Amino acid sequence: MNIIVTGLLAAEVSTTSAEVAEPSSLNLLLWIAFPYVAIATIIVGLVWRYRYDKFGWTTRSSQSYENKIMHVASPLFHYGIIAVFFGHILGLMIPETWTEAIGLDEHTYHMLTLPLSLIAGAATLIGLIMLIFRRRTTAQVFQRTTKNDKVMYVFLGAAILLGVFTSWAASGIFDDGHNYREDVAVWFRSILIFQPQPEAMASAPAYFQIHAVAGMLLFCIWPFTRLVHVFSVPLQYLMRPYVVYRKKSPHRSGNRTTRRGWEPTRTD
Amino acid sequence: MKVMAQVGMVMNLDKCIGCHTCSVTCKQAWTNRDGMEYAWFNNVETRPGLGYPRTYQDQEKWQGGWVLNKRGKLQLRSGGRVKRLLSIFNNPKLPAVSDYYEPWTYDYDNLLSAPLGEHSPVAQPKSTITGNPMKIEWSANWDDDLGGAPETGPNDPIIKKIKADVTDRVKFEFEQAYMFYLPRICEHCLNPSCVSACPSGAMYKREEDGIVLVDQDGCRGWRMCVTGCPYKKVFFNHATGKAEKCTMCYPRIEAGQPTVCSETCVGRLRYLGLFLYDADRVAEAAATPNEQDLYEAQLDIILDPHDPEVQAQARRDGIPADWLEAAERSPVYRLAKEFRVALPLHPEYRTMPMVWYVPPLSPVVDSLRETGHDAEDADNLFGALRSLRIPMEYLAELFTAGDPKPVMRALDTLSVMRSYMRDQNVGNPLRPELPQRVGLTETEILELYRLLAIAKYEDRYVIPSAHAEAGKELEDLACSLDGEGGPGQFPEGGQGRPGGGTATAVAPPRPVAAESFHALKGASHQRSDATAGSIDINLPHWDGKGVPLGMPQIRKSDD
Ligand code: HEM
Ligand code: SF4
Ligand code: SF4
Repeated sequence: MNIIVTGLLAAEVSTTSAEVAEPSSLNLLLWIAFPYVAIATIIVGLVWRYRYDKFGWTTRSSQSYENKIMHVASPLFHYGIIAVFFGHILGLMIPETWTEAIGLDEHTYHMLTLPLSLIAGAATLIGLIMLIFRRRTTAQVFQRTTKNDKVMYVFLGAAILLGVFTSWAASGIFDDGHNYREDVAVWFRSILIFQPQPEAMASAPAYFQIHAVAGMLLFCIWPFTRLVHVFSVPLQYLMRPYVVYRKKSPHRSGNRTTRRGWEPTRTD
Repeated sequence: MKVMAQVGMVMNLDKCIGCHTCSVTCKQAWTNRDGMEYAWFNNVETRPGLGYPRTYQDQEKWQGGWVLNKRGKLQLRSGGRVKRLLSIFNNPKLPAVSDYYEPWTYDYDNLLSAPLGEHSPVAQPKSTITGNPMKIEWSANWDDDLGGAPETGPNDPIIKKIKADVTDRVKFEFEQAYMFYLPRICEHCLNPSCVSACPSGAMYKREEDGIVLVDQDGCRGWRMCVTGCPYKKVFFNHATGKAEKCTMCYPRIEAGQPTVCSETCVGRLRYLGLFLYDADRVAEAAATPNEQDLYEAQLDIILDPHDPEVQAQARRDGIPADWLEAAERSPVYRLAKEFRVALPLHPEYRTMPMVWYVPPLSPVVDSLRETGHDAEDADNLFGALRSLRIPMEYLAELFTAGDPKPVMRALDTLSVMRSYMRDQNVGNPLRPELPQRVGLTETEILELYRLLAIAKYEDRYVIPSAHAEAGKELEDLACSLDGEGGPGQFPEGGQGRPGGGTATAVAPPRPVAAESFHALKGASHQRSDATAGSIDINLPHWDGKGVPLGMPQIRKSDD
């Protein structure tokens, strides 16, 4: 265990951020308390939502209202964001020492990953803008947009916008760039293994810090929005037989109170 | 052999008057809700016509149902599993709301609140989706009774298909001679492609009675089932983001009652009963290479409920005795398999549909009569049927993948029945050779006549009640959650709708479930007296006692 831990917490931290003395209480709050609050919220929130609102657990597809924009926007956004997700895994979870061990120096690594990250980011962002545009301008879709959706889009949009900005800023295209694998990634792993190193994040550039905060805020609202659909990716479909049989459940028939979705039609 | 039971339906198209009562009562029971305004679990379409949703039968376009792939194996027409998951972000073949129609209401308020003026105020149509004023351009029944047929008729996918090899004689021959109504519900298929297309596994076929349902808690809104169903009988509720479909009124079926559409059918043309089928051979039958053999293949997996071997296996497979007994009396089995007058709708979709249709003879009878012929004479009918090539091809495209022989046989049988019974009624000498021409005995013709023409309530519906675990009944009679303040408490006024109740407040009804239904019904008398003056009973909140207002009396016999 200890060996893995030290491996994950690459040793560079002690050298690059040796000058940083005791982290301020704001830093403790942001880089220790907040991440754990976010993690707890998403886990507890998902369990709660699953137990009490399975009925609300859906993509709430709006494709049947509008598909001209949707048929480009949705795949663009989704394939983009899935690439972004794997990009985050790669960048944050794999210590620099490991890639170096297989002979990839920092420069080569960045040259390899940078184009991918820029393309994925651009696809996500363009997709997102199209989705939001569509939501606002198609009467049927806008009519069915809930407050919840709007709040979700603010948080999601902020995280994505800041993320794309961050990847550009850190890329080194405009100035020296920044190697986040030496601080942000170290902090990220330190949280996951419950040995938080707030000082690693405290010394990262401000745009990284803001993006991280936006991301954690997004996690906090995640379980309470339609984004829950992400946690039900139906991979089991590849394995199961085509036709599903089920026994009549003994507790399902009979009178119950009207549930959400079964209200009479609005006629106003 | 694995024996399973299936609740099936037969509709006798000769008797359908296109009144849409079934659609309306079904809507009242199931889809009069936000997000489902456009959905008709039961719809009645005029044939020829575009259908609902428009041109749904064009599977090149909509990609519903199954096909055989190069290796001769069954595959969903819209592609394999991986392809389905990769296109999950945007279903390439999802019908838009406009393919059904944009639902609307009218601005009735304007009639009352408009200021005094020179012109009388109008109630503008307003979309129930956006609330904006809209222009009505299509609906679920826009081409009812061939309305606008010269324009839309040629786009009927079936007309297009037969036109490819016939010519445009079609159009006029049809409009003059052959129009009929096709009421449609979900087929509760033996090999349901909707279930097979559902990535989350939320759709399922019930083991006990074969009813195909959507688990509302399990559906995640991937909307692949809508594409999967070739009959377009899964609907996406755009308010809740969940798929919904015809439930075969399973709460009623469980209580031994016919579905709402059947119960209220004005033509009394629907039949409900059990099929026993061999579940082990469904996939094999659905993969029959030649499309025109699918009808026979489908009949072939339906088992004879009188066969002792089948009965023994059925018992081993856990089918209860009263269900076996009901299967023996099943009207749908008799019509589909014994008399072969009921045919499946589009067997070429390879889903093994379980709603069957007796093809309509009356358009032929009418046209004969109009031209001054004796329309009850078997020979005249036989001759007419053989000269009406286009209508026969049309029916064959609907029911037997284009093979006119089974359709002809069914219509011949109906002609023989007509002719034979006419002789009997007017006191002519009976002609035993008539039934022989369609391979039936005189007794069988009489039985068919009783089933199709007399059509008594208890002959049309042979539905065994569901079986439940002991103790369930008690549990349902007193549910702790239904107390005052509990989540199951019934709202004041009965409907939970503002202004829903009238002056008479309704006592919270006791819960009714399939299993407690008959127990409650036994104690019905005092209650129906007590509520004689009340007008506030309605079906959803009906406690199972007496007759709920607005429902036709449930009679044991109604001839
Ligand atoms: C592999 C995982 C995912 C699957 C299978 C998936 C699938 C879907 C589907 C089917 C829809 C409905 C589209 C429609 O209206 O027809 C949808 C909508 C949406 N998804 Fe995903 N999704 C996934 C991952 C994600 C992720 C990671 C995010 C963002 C963090 C995301 C954000 C959204 C948003 C914002 C919408 C709403 C689009 C709109 O209607 O405006 N999804 N998703
Ligand atoms: S007809 Fe019914 S059971 Fe058959 S595929 Fe369509 S929805 Fe499924
Ligand atoms: S209620 Fe019966 S007769 Fe009327 S349209 Fe429906 S199926 Fe036909």
